[in-house]
Amino acid sequence: MNYIGTPISRVDGQAKVTGQAKYAGDVNVPGLVFGAVVTSTIAKGRIKSIDTSAALKVKGVLKVLTHKNRPALPKSDQAWKDDIAPGGSPFRPLYDDKVMFSGQPVALVLAEEWETARYAASLVHVEYAAKPHITDLQAAREKAFTLKKSKKPRGDAAKAFSSAEVRHEAEYFIPTEHHNPMELFASTAIPEKRGKLTVYDKTQGVQNVHRYLCSVFKKKKGDIRVMSPFMGGGFGSGLRPQYQVVLAVMGALTLKRPVRLMLTRQQMYGLGYRPASIERLQLGAQRDGTLHAITHEAIVVTSQFEEFSSSDTEWADRLYKSPNAKFVHKLARLDVPTSCDMRAPGATTGVYGLECAMDELAVALKLDPVELRLRCYSDKDQSVNLPYTSKNLRECYQQGAKAFGWEKRNPVPRSMRDGNELVGWGMATGVWEALQMPAAARIVLGANGHAEISCATSDIGTGTYTIMAQVAADALGLPIENIGIKLGDSTLPQSPVEGGSWMAASVSHAILGVADEVRKTLFDAAKKIKGSPLSGVKFEDVTLSDGKIVSKKDPARAMTIAHVMRERRLDRIEKEKLHKFKKDEKHARNTHSAIFAEVKIDEELGVIRVTRVVNAVAAGRILNTKTARSQIMGGVVWGIGMALHEETAYDHKFGRIMNANIAEYHMPVNADIHDIEVIFVDEPDEHINPLGIKGVGEIGIVGTAAAIANAVYHATGVRVRDLPITLDKLRR
Amino acid sequence: MIDFEYVRASDVADAVRQSAASTGAKFIAGGTNLIDLMKEDVEKPRRLIDISRLPLKQVEETAEGGVKIGALVPNSDLAYHSLIERRYPVLASAILAGASAQLRNMASIGGNLLQRTRCYYFYDAATPCNKREPGSGCPAIEGLNRMHAILGASEHCIATHPSDMCVALAILEARVHVAGPDGERVIPFPDFHRLPGDMPQTDTNLQPHEIVTAVEIPPQGFAKNYTYLKIRDRLSYAFALVSVAAGLEIEDGTIKEARFALGGVAHKPWRNRAAEDLLRGQAANAGNFQQAADILLREAKGYSHNRFKIDLARRTIVRALTQAARGTPQIQSDKKVR
Repeated sequence: MNYIGTPISRVDGQAKVTGQAKYAGDVNVPGLVFGAVVTSTIAKGRIKSIDTSAALKVKGVLKVLTHKNRPALPKSDQAWKDDIAPGGSPFRPLYDDKVMFSGQPVALVLAEEWETARYAASLVHVEYAAKPHITDLQAAREKAFTLKKSKKPRGDAAKAFSSAEVRHEAEYFIPTEHHNPMELFASTAIPEKRGKLTVYDKTQGVQNVHRYLCSVFKKKKGDIRVMSPFMGGGFGSGLRPQYQVVLAVMGALTLKRPVRLMLTRQQMYGLGYRPASIERLQLGAQRDGTLHAITHEAIVVTSQFEEFSSSDTEWADRLYKSPNAKFVHKLARLDVPTSCDMRAPGATTGVYGLECAMDELAVALKLDPVELRLRCYSDKDQSVNLPYTSKNLRECYQQGAKAFGWEKRNPVPRSMRDGNELVGWGMATGVWEALQMPAAARIVLGANGHAEISCATSDIGTGTYTIMAQVAADALGLPIENIGIKLGDSTLPQSPVEGGSWMAASVSHAILGVADEVRKTLFDAAKKIKGSPLSGVKFEDVTLSDGKIVSKKDPARAMTIAHVMRERRLDRIEKEKLHKFKKDEKHARNTHSAIFAEVKIDEELGVIRVTRVVNAVAAGRILNTKTARSQIMGGVVWGIGMALHEETAYDHKFGRIMNANIAEYHMPVNADIHDIEVIFVDEPDEHINPLGIKGVGEIGIVGTAAAIANAVYHATGVRVRDLPITLDKLRR
Repeated sequence: MIDFEYVRASDVADAVRQSAASTGAKFIAGGTNLIDLMKEDVEKPRRLIDISRLPLKQVEETAEGGVKIGALVPNSDLAYHSLIERRYPVLASAILAGASAQLRNMASIGGNLLQRTRCYYFYDAATPCNKREPGSGCPAIEGLNRMHAILGASEHCIATHPSDMCVALAILEARVHVAGPDGERVIPFPDFHRLPGDMPQTDTNLQPHEIVTAVEIPPQGFAKNYTYLKIRDRLSYAFALVSVAAGLEIEDGTIKEARFALGGVAHKPWRNRAAEDLLRGQAANAGNFQQAADILLREAKGYSHNRFKIDLARRTIVRALTQAARGTPQIQSDKKVR
């Protein structure tokens, strides 16, 4: 293999930095109409009236759509369910007079110019009949409920906890956070001939949006095409179709003209988010550092109309041996939009609580935090009682600790200093799923030795274009320059939404699968050539390499692919195949990491800096060491933001987000970021899939905030359990 | 965003004339704050008078040995101006502590004086705000007030002035040159910004249609012993929780002259002469700095989320005066507090 495992630069990099890459809001067509959304200012109630007369008087305004004059929309919840919709009744923009959250779209202004649309939107006057709302998780926690019957606890965690020699019990809090991708959500809907429609959308799943739009607008499969060739950051925010795509299509169908709708940064806070959560942990251990009881209960925000739920609580079962364990995941309904996936959903928050609790337990046991984790190390996923396809977490601890210099740590809080600053060293474990999904790919191989690979996946910025090209180049034995990639088009071969870190494994094996078909065709053709050097060679023994079809046993027996195709008069070979992974019910599948963080905290002023992070990751085979490293670094930076900066600030009286912009919603800036070292621990995996790929999009964030919080404790002796750790909290 | 008319002024007199001739007009220079506020429907000028081409871009030495800065000098040009770097490094440092490089490139000196508060409620037209809509109420008092004032606030408004530059100008005892329908006048810096009182809608003592033409700084620049120390929730591109501009004159270990002002704590840069007087003739040590800080903060009042600022301000004053006394000012490109 020439390309897999190497640090190839992004194949789409040049297009992105030169502006050639067109995003959903960049698409220009003649006659384009611009939309602007009016959003609700109350969190709950009814729209009494909407006065659009002033807006309609503005020159250039074509239409103002509201629930009163919108086109017909389906009634059933089912019609509005996208591929990954949670239970409940999905949100429908401009459906009726009900207001369910602040920031809900209540009108769409369509105009000849964007400025006109935006100005007219400010003239739409809405009267509300407000009802009492609730947006505070702490106030709603008593009414929290479990979605489904909780899994049967293992043993009796409560009893084991009460009899444990050393106990730790605490509650951790993570506020609501928003994805804040750089690219704003946008859709451009273009009516085509014969009632067809092309929709450029910012999405992590063109086929999901395609099915959804066909269902909502009662269109035939072939009538809508959804395109999303580039995405400026998704992080989960684009997994479900967002309301702007419905409104753009609604506008285009109403006016029979192309419509572009781009949300403002402020309006982005009316979409999904990582739900605030309360993580309650009870850990009971014996003095030797073995765990006897784990209870993890989470209370997590969802909306009044849907039940979004991701597993916050069961991560301990994958990491730490304990004969008694109880996990409860509860939802609390608030008058807010439905929460959604955001980078390692469930793990980012749940593992934050777990790993801080483990640190507190290590303190109580007077044990080194790494040592505690090794003493509890689980070789099985206890929730299913299965061993892992691979789990080199021990090596993560070891290599991470070594690179960080962990052995020099003085365990006593406030014992390490550097001038005015207290120095703290903390660590945590990270864990995420290694998922893989059925996906299809198509290869069109030309006689000129160029191949086009296509799949309906997205590239949400992770590097999917690049790894697809690497895998295809190796599978077809061609130089990577000869590989063209097409993705982000609903008409291409089947793909799931790009999320869950599953796309690298899924699309790579789809390409391998269909490349095999190409190889078979070439082999059959090659054998038919008179005097073929491959005659008598078995199919299993030939490979595609260096532009040739060649015998693995005797490399002298080879023919160039170009020669074979020319001889057999094959202009092109086109193959498409759906790849499904073999069922493996004997293994659990996860990625793991160990994060070591150093903080320096000005003792008098409380200013916190994260001066070093080492993140050692075991995630199977790394397809591209450069893009993978970027993924982990991005995850670490976000973990720093989660630990120290990020919080969606609600005024509960108004039920409204008050820092809905990226000046006041703080995320780390360059000045906040120092050294980040990424280590990929070698982790051969023969079970998970032929290439041994696990995916790295999410693991980088998991555990990072806990490592920092633990370092803050080590530096100061102050345990801040509610994020973000701002300087005022060090002096409460 | 609203529909507005856009005109250009040909000179200062024309700008004043055009403003006086229309209702609801606003001057625009860099627009870094005004345009944002227009997008949020907070500012709704019917007419924008573009003054960005007026010849107010000079930085000149004055006869008395000070410097006069044209109102349209971009923030970054001033911060990197050799005269300012050399003689008024506290001003250069304060400017560089604010906003981002891109904003500083666009923002004018006059505009920096006139930037409006970053109170969440002021920015969100869906909520009440006495500053935006007099009489509608101040939700910050009972709401999200972590960033808000601890000094000089009123029952009508607890917003802070967000400028870093103005905190330095306060200790440099700048004078603001303005031109208006009644001619030109000079406003001493303490009288330029006002406290909210029962008129929080009015940030400054500028009269209608007056335009800032220049900022003049007297000779004393504290080039040797100064600092601008800004404490915030991240290390760049965030407004101050507390900031301190400090300038000292020290002879043989004794403080001859002391000035310090706080940003992020009030509706205007906050100075207290009594606190500064206390330091005069004293040794430059932490104990004296502490006492001076206590005097300045005597009247400080916290709200539900910002009480921490009182203690933080005390500590930041002590650190800033220490930095100034030692001649080790905060360097804004440093990724740490000195």
